[in-house]
Amino acid sequence: MSFLGFLKPKKREKLVESDQDRGILVFEHTSEVIRAESVLKASGWKIRVMGPPPEIQSGCDLVIEFPLIEELNILRTLQKVGASPLEIVPVSSPLLRPVDLFQIKDFDQYLMVRAANMKLTVEKKNLNIVNISGGGCPDVPYLAQEMVGKSLSKAPNPREIGHTLCGYALQLAYEEMTRKCSP
Amino acid sequence: MLAIVGTVPDQKFPLSTGKVSLKEDEIWIQGRRVHVNRGTPALLAAAVKTGEALGQSELFGYLIGDIGLGKGSRNLYEYLTENLGRSEFSAITFHYLQPDVDWHNRVLSAIKEMVKQPVLIADAGFMYAAKMSGQAAAYDLFTPDVGELAFLADETAPHPFYTRGFILQDEKRAPDLIKRAYAHKNASRFLLVKGKKDYLSDQDGIKATVDSPACEAMEAMGGTGDTLTGIVAALIESGMEISKAAIVAAKANRLAGYYARPTPATQVIEIIRQIPGALEEILEEKVAATK
Repeated sequence: MSFLGFLKPKKREKLVESDQDRGILVFEHTSEVIRAESVLKASGWKIRVMGPPPEIQSGCDLVIEFPLIEELNILRTLQKVGASPLEIVPVSSPLLRPVDLFQIKDFDQYLMVRAANMKLTVEKKNLNIVNISGGGCPDVPYLAQEMVGKSLSKAPNPREIGHTLCGYALQLAYEEMTRKCSP
Repeated sequence: MLAIVGTVPDQKFPLSTGKVSLKEDEIWIQGRRVHVNRGTPALLAAAVKTGEALGQSELFGYLIGDIGLGKGSRNLYEYLTENLGRSEFSAITFHYLQPDVDWHNRVLSAIKEMVKQPVLIADAGFMYAAKMSGQAAAYDLFTPDVGELAFLADETAPHPFYTRGFILQDEKRAPDLIKRAYAHKNASRFLLVKGKKDYLSDQDGIKATVDSPACEAMEAMGGTGDTLTGIVAALIESGMEISKAAIVAAKANRLAGYYARPTPATQVIEIIRQIPGALEEILEEKVAATK
C-alpha cells in the first residue's frame, strides 16, 4: 500500500442476498397463482413463483414470493381483480401470524388503541382522530396527514390508502377503535 | 457534519440533498419546503433546534417523497449507494425509509467505503431493515419504542406486525426484551428505548433510565420519538459521548414535552418549539452537578 493508500475509498464488499423481508402468498388453485403472478408482474412488483416451504400445509403446489413490507398494497391489488390469497406468511418463519393483541389506553377525554407498532387516538366526544403515532414505514406520516383531524367514520380507511405492514397495523388499530366506539 | 436520511409524505417531492434549515414550521432543503408534522421532518426540526442551541453548524439532509409505495425510498437508496462512499460525515441518521434488506446492505457497504467511519444511528423503517439484515451490530444507536423493541427481541420477526404474541409488548418487560435483542445480535451498540420509562442499554445491560418529567399524553402524539432521535443525533454530532447524549436527549425531550403542556391531541411542533429551553436547562443542571 502506498503512503496515501489509507485515504483511498475502501473496496466494496460482496453482497449476500437476503429473503428476510420477503413474504409468501398461498393460493388454493394453481390457476389463481398464474393470474396473481401476471397481475403483480404487470404492476411492477419483484415477485417469483416457487414451491411452498414444508411448513405450509394449505393451498396448491405453487406459491408467490413477494416484498412482505408492501403486503397491504399487494393485497389490495389482488382483491381488485378477485385473486385474493388464501394465506400470507413471512418467508423467514412461515408459521408467524400477524399480531392480534391490542393495548387500550384511556386518557379521559381521549382513547388510544395500539396494534403492534401503531397507535391511533380519538377524542371521545366527537370521535375525531387527533393523533397517529408509531410505525416506521413511509406511509405512516402520509396516513397521519390524511386521517388526523377527521372523524373516525369519515377519515380514509388505512386499508384503502396505506401500502405497508405499518399501514396494515394501523388498519387493525382503526378497526379495534371503531369496535370500541360503536354504540 | 451530521447527515439525516429520510422521506416526506409527498409523492411529488423530488430527491433533495443539501443543508437543511427550519423556518417557522417548515423544513427547507434545496429551495424546497416541507411542513413539520411527524416523521423525518420532525426529526430534522428537532436536530436543527438542538444544533442551534449548541451553536453547531448546519446539518445535511437527504430527502425524497414516499407515501409507502417504496419507489422514492429505492431511488434514495440508489443515490446513497452511489454517493455515500465519497462523503465525509461524522454521523449519519437513517429514518423513515421503506424497509428493504438488499438496499440496506448496499448502503451499509457504501458506508464501509468511507475513509472515516461515521457514527451510525437508525430509527423507523431503516432500523427494521438493519435488524432484518442481521447487521444491527454495525450501528451505534437504535431508538426503538416498546413495540419496536419487541420486534428487535423476536429473532424470527420480519416486521413489528409479525412479532410473536408471547413476546409481550408490555413496557414492564422492556429489560427482558433488551436482553433478548442483544442475545440474538439484533441490537445496536447502544439502545435508547423510548416509552413511559426511557432505557439506555448496551450489551452489558441497562446503563440508565429516565422517567421524569412524565407526560402520559406524549405516548399518543405522533413525532415524539422522532424528536428524541433528532436531539440525540445532534448531541452526538456536538462531540458528546453516545451514552451521555442519549440520557441528555431523553431528559430534554421529556422536559420539552412538559413545557408544551400536551394533551393527546397536541401536535409535535409544539414540543419542538420548547427544545432549546429544555436543552439549556438540562445542560445547565449537568454543569452544576459536576461543580
